[in-house]
Amino acid sequence: MSLKKIYVGTDVGSSRTKVAILNANKDLIGYAVEKSGTDFSVTAQTCLKASLEMARVTSKDITKSISTGYGRKNVLFADETKTEIGCHAKGCYHFFPTSLTIIDIGGQDNKIVKIDEKGRRTGFKMNRKCAAGTGAFLEEMSARLDIPLEEMDGLAAQSQNMVKLGSFCTVFSATEVLENIRQGKKVTDIVKGVFFSVIKRVLEMDALTENVVMTGGVVAHNPYLVKMTEEIIGRKILVPLHPQLTGAVGAALYARENDG
Amino acid sequence: MAEEKKIQRKMIKATGEMNRIMADYFYELNEAAKTGEKKIAWCTSVGPAELLRAMGFLVYFPENHGAMLGATRMSTDFIPEANAIGYSPDICSYLTSDVGAYIKGITPLSKAYKGIESVPKPDVLVFNTNQCRDVQDWFAWYANEFRVPLLGIHTHRGVGDVGESHVQSIAKQMQAMVPSLEEISGNKFDLDELKRVVKLSRQCSDLWKEVLDTAANVPAPLTFYDGTIHMGPAVVLRGTQQAVDYYKLLLAEMQERIANNDAAVEGERFRIYWEGMPVWGRLSTHSKMFAALKTNVLASTYCNSWIFTDFDPEDPFTSMAKAYTELFIVRSDKAKEKYIKDMLAFFKVDGIIYHDAKTCPNNSNCRYGMPQRLEKETGVPSLIINGDLNDLRLLSDEQTKTNVEAFIEQLEER
Repeated sequence: MSLKKIYVGTDVGSSRTKVAILNANKDLIGYAVEKSGTDFSVTAQTCLKASLEMARVTSKDITKSISTGYGRKNVLFADETKTEIGCHAKGCYHFFPTSLTIIDIGGQDNKIVKIDEKGRRTGFKMNRKCAAGTGAFLEEMSARLDIPLEEMDGLAAQSQNMVKLGSFCTVFSATEVLENIRQGKKVTDIVKGVFFSVIKRVLEMDALTENVVMTGGVVAHNPYLVKMTEEIIGRKILVPLHPQLTGAVGAALYARENDG
Repeated sequence: MAEEKKIQRKMIKATGEMNRIMADYFYELNEAAKTGEKKIAWCTSVGPAELLRAMGFLVYFPENHGAMLGATRMSTDFIPEANAIGYSPDICSYLTSDVGAYIKGITPLSKAYKGIESVPKPDVLVFNTNQCRDVQDWFAWYANEFRVPLLGIHTHRGVGDVGESHVQSIAKQMQAMVPSLEEISGNKFDLDELKRVVKLSRQCSDLWKEVLDTAANVPAPLTFYDGTIHMGPAVVLRGTQQAVDYYKLLLAEMQERIANNDAAVEGERFRIYWEGMPVWGRLSTHSKMFAALKTNVLASTYCNSWIFTDFDPEDPFTSMAKAYTELFIVRSDKAKEKYIKDMLAFFKVDGIIYHDAKTCPNNSNCRYGMPQRLEKETGVPSLIINGDLNDLRLLSDEQTKTNVEAFIEQLEER
């Protein structure tokens, strides 16, 4: 089989659009991440162009293309669509071929997906219609604290005395954050409390099995959040090389299926 | 870009006849409200409608009106009106949308039936808490508004095996209503008339069950979405000959579909059981979504709730009490789980979807571990979707769609 054949996975999330290109050997040879913005079709096209350039291939080499994510129906160059739940499962099993509990923390929703030792999905859950525990929650808190989003991970890691936030609701949590600011609590401790809140919301969605994988943009940009989760559950968490790309890689793997 | 598939569920020919008898029903109520020639009783959907009919009342069902408000997507405009006078957005959205619509002086009946301007004013309100406690508060609000008597039956909850004491206590509550109903209606109670009405209700119930049971055929000739529409006569006209005649017609059509191997959803690949309330404002959307996935949501606890096999014309009070207590909604989780398990097997189901309706805890059976227990026991995969019966602010269409598509993908991979 020609290695020139390529398979494209496009994950149009609420926050970021990701494209992954695999060759016939299922190697990741190109990828791109952009803000999804207001025109998903254009953003997907932009990401595809950048990914093709990185992989040193052209659109003529595309054998099959599958899209996923909230904007999956807006990807003009996709042959088929799959849900992000299926694509994350497919992507994670590719990197860790065993039974898994996958925790994906995205910009607008969280997913917990369970797969068996053959990679088949046995169940999944998405967060309810609520931003608690999602990237949107972190964005809201970074705005309240007037801290750039990308600095939160480093600040949380410095905390010595974490502040506890009790509320389930993003708005109520924001009020609690303001209360802590008023009381003169350290920003580092508040940020760690915000991270802890995200983890708590995610962990209460479902029971975990032995092997746990974390994926998604929030995980990609906040490795300390993974470390905190490991401390809470008392075991090592698996993280793919590019956690934000897992859904796009999964979509590309679906594209690769049934093609020799 | 992948195109949306255009498969839709097959339309039912009998719908025209159903629309006609439903129109007659509402016009008769409207006429009675205007002229005062016949007394009107408002009744809960699984209340003692037979007794009221036998006493000569025309019977109106606010829950049916609530469903109409939901299906016409008018509810969300009216719920805030009820919230503003103290009825929480967390309680039954039938209640809040119905009361809100009344406050605004608007009813979907006006759109559906030319000349009807309002809901028919009641002479008495009769509730049965077998649905929930909210119906009591709902009817109490109207009793105060219209200054008319409020009568009620208080049902046991969490019933395991239905025993003689349960049945007798409900039967006595029904019998105790008779003197008040005689006074309000001006009619003397006639046991033979009650027997006649209960007999018709039983016939209606048996036919409705036969209609729903046709979905056990592969491929199924009808869908849950058809059921939610065609259950209308079983709710508002049971105890009448019209309802019996209608279900004979509908049953014949379903049997004809079976004989012709005619699927309600073309190319049926997966068969789904729906547990919980419909999302009334999304009936069409959901129906199209599942049809596009060649999936038939073909059976439900909800539509089955108007099957009353225990009705016995020879013993009307006791059998009504039994039928209204054998009901799924008042039973223990153990009894409910057995029921659902039997349904999954009977309808040859591939998966079950639980609707966690935010404002309807009594009809949301996924909050105390039931899906997990049943999945473990039966091996039938389950999905929970968050939403509501009427309050469209409480659902996310995109999340529902992703969840459903992912669930079907999961079934494909099995």
